[in-house]
Parts: sequence; structure tokens; C-alpha cells
Amino acid sequence: MELNLKKQRARVNYHINSSLKELVLRALFTSAAWGALRSMVKFRFHQYQVVGRGLPTDAEPHPKIYRMKLWATNDVRAKSKFWYFLRKLKKVKKSNGQVLAINEIFERKPTKIKNYGIWLRYQSRTGYHNMYKEYRDITLNGAVEQMYDEMASRHRVRYHGIQIIKTATIPSKLCKRESTKQFHDSKIKFPLVFKKVRPPTRKLKTTFKASRPNLFA
Amino acid sequence: MPFKRYVEIGRVALVNYGKEYGRLVVIVDVIDQNRALVDAPDMVRGQINFKRLSLTDIKIDIPRVPKKKTLIQAMEVADVKNKWENSSWGRKLIVQKRRAALNDFDRFKVMVAKIKRGRAIRQKLGRLKRENAV
Repeated sequence: MELNLKKQRARVNYHINSSLKELVLRALFTSAAWGALRSMVKFRFHQYQVVGRGLPTDAEPHPKIYRMKLWATNDVRAKSKFWYFLRKLKKVKKSNGQVLAINEIFERKPTKIKNYGIWLRYQSRTGYHNMYKEYRDITLNGAVEQMYDEMASRHRVRYHGIQIIKTATIPSKLCKRESTKQFHDSKIKFPLVFKKVRPPTRKLKTTFKASRPNLFA
Repeated sequence: MPFKRYVEIGRVALVNYGKEYGRLVVIVDVIDQNRALVDAPDMVRGQINFKRLSLTDIKIDIPRVPKKKTLIQAMEVADVKNKWENSSWGRKLIVQKRRAALNDFDRFKVMVAKIKRGRAIRQKLGRLKRENAV
């Protein structure tokens, strides 16, 4: 979770909303990004920016505004997660606070392969642990989805037991994991060793086949 | 048997599953063990799983993740389209497409042509048999 403290100013709310939207839209409408995003697989996890504050009271007419970037499957859950984290950090709850803006954050360059480092805190059966994981992907949402899948398979931790502390795109030099570093090769070359050719549509699938499949590339 | 077709930057592959079925794409970078970044002159660069690709023998010379212009130029230089259409695999696919696009009259014409060809073959065979038997 990334928490930013912002001094409140009268017009800031609308500013956040519109300027971010502009930024995002401008990035989107560059043709490659737009086309690639449109043709992309639906993500399970979307990245949202949620901005909120406590409600103004007589004691504090201008409460501090807080912004968080988090991952959720939809914006309703994003708002809920926002309050969950904010409650743990500041003395404010959903009942005495307000969400000022919630925007979805899209990938800037979905055709560029990046190395993502994700710092997370997860709950195992015996306690909380921190972890750092690296993924190679073209979008941050894709990397986060990979992370959730991997945590579920390797550590049996589900979505609600994982808190993303930080994410970053890591330049190739600073990657720590061998499994990502092995793809940092400009002359990468490998054969596809086990190649089962599938029927081109699920409709043409049959349970029994006349001959054994040819698995050679 | 050693491997002849490798996943590498510049390898031309055919998409054999999914929305892009039947399209020739070029592997432009490797994301990880299962996915590649592919590109073709008439599509937006995107990721695809290796399970959906059938590698071909054709390889072109491109730098890692080239611009669309460079890619198109490299494909022209390597003459990918002609090489593909003249290869036996490519020719088979063209014939398949042609057959799938026949209308009823075309199928009738094919039937007539097949009968004609069969008759000519059998006549010639009969003549050869008579000449060699007697």
C-alpha cells in the first residue's frame, strides 16, 4: 500500500480526479497502448487509486487527504480495502470518512516487457511474513495476478491473506531472482520440448484418438 | 532427433488456437517460460502463450522488440510471405481455405473434374495392361 499525505486545498479534489483522468486518457489514446489494452485478456485484479479523508468536523474543518493505490477485483472492493488499510493507519473509519475519488489505473506501456518486484506481507498458518517476489510481465496487473496465483499455489495463501506493500518495475541489472534473470538475454533461444498440438477449438475436442500424438515441436 | 525450430527473436510462428487462429506472427521477445511477445504487420503487439503457437522454419533478422516499420521491412527482406506460401505447410493451408470456401456449384465442378480425371487414368491404365498382357 502506498500512502501519501496531502495538505487539503479547496479545489484539490476535482484536480486529482480530472488531472489523473487526463493523464490516464492521454496515455491510453496513444494508439499502441489503446489497441493492446483493448485486445488484452480481462484482468482479475485491477489497480485503483483511492483518495479519501475523514469528514470535516468542528474540531478539524480541513482534515488531511490520503491517497492509496491498491488492487481489487472491482471498485467497490477497492473502496472497502481502502478503509481497511486507512483504519489501521489513522483514526478514521468509513462511517466518519468520505472517499473523494476512485480511479482505475491502467498500464502505460502494455507492449513493453518489464520486470516487476512485488513486496508483500502475507499471513501463513503460523504468523505474518514479508516477502519479495519478482515477475516478468507486460503489465503490472498481470504481474499482480501472477503473484496471487503463485502465493496460492506455493504457500496456500488466498487473496484476503495477502497485503501488497509495494510494487516497482525493476531494471534488469537489479533483479535478484534467477528465474527472471534467465530471460535477460538478447539472444535468447530455446526449443519447445513437449509440444502437444490441441484442436483449434474446444468443439473439435474428442476423448479418444486413433493414433498417439506427435509431441515433437 | 535434435531440435531444429527454436523459440528465438525473429522466429515466425503460426497461431493455432484462439482468437488469432491462423495468423502468421513473429516472436519479438520472450516474456517468460510460457509466453512470448509477438507482432505481425497488421496487429497490435501482444503476448501469447507458446501453447498457442506452432513454430515454422522461417526466421527473420530483427533486433529485440523492433518498431513496426523495422519489422515490416525485415519481413520484406526475408520474403516471409512468399516463403510461407511456397512451403508445403503453407500450400496445404491455402488449399484447405480454398476448399472451405467452395460453394455448391464449385463442389459440383470439382466432382465432375475428379470423375473426368479418374476416367482418363483408368483408360490409360487399361490400355497399358492390354499392351503388356498380350
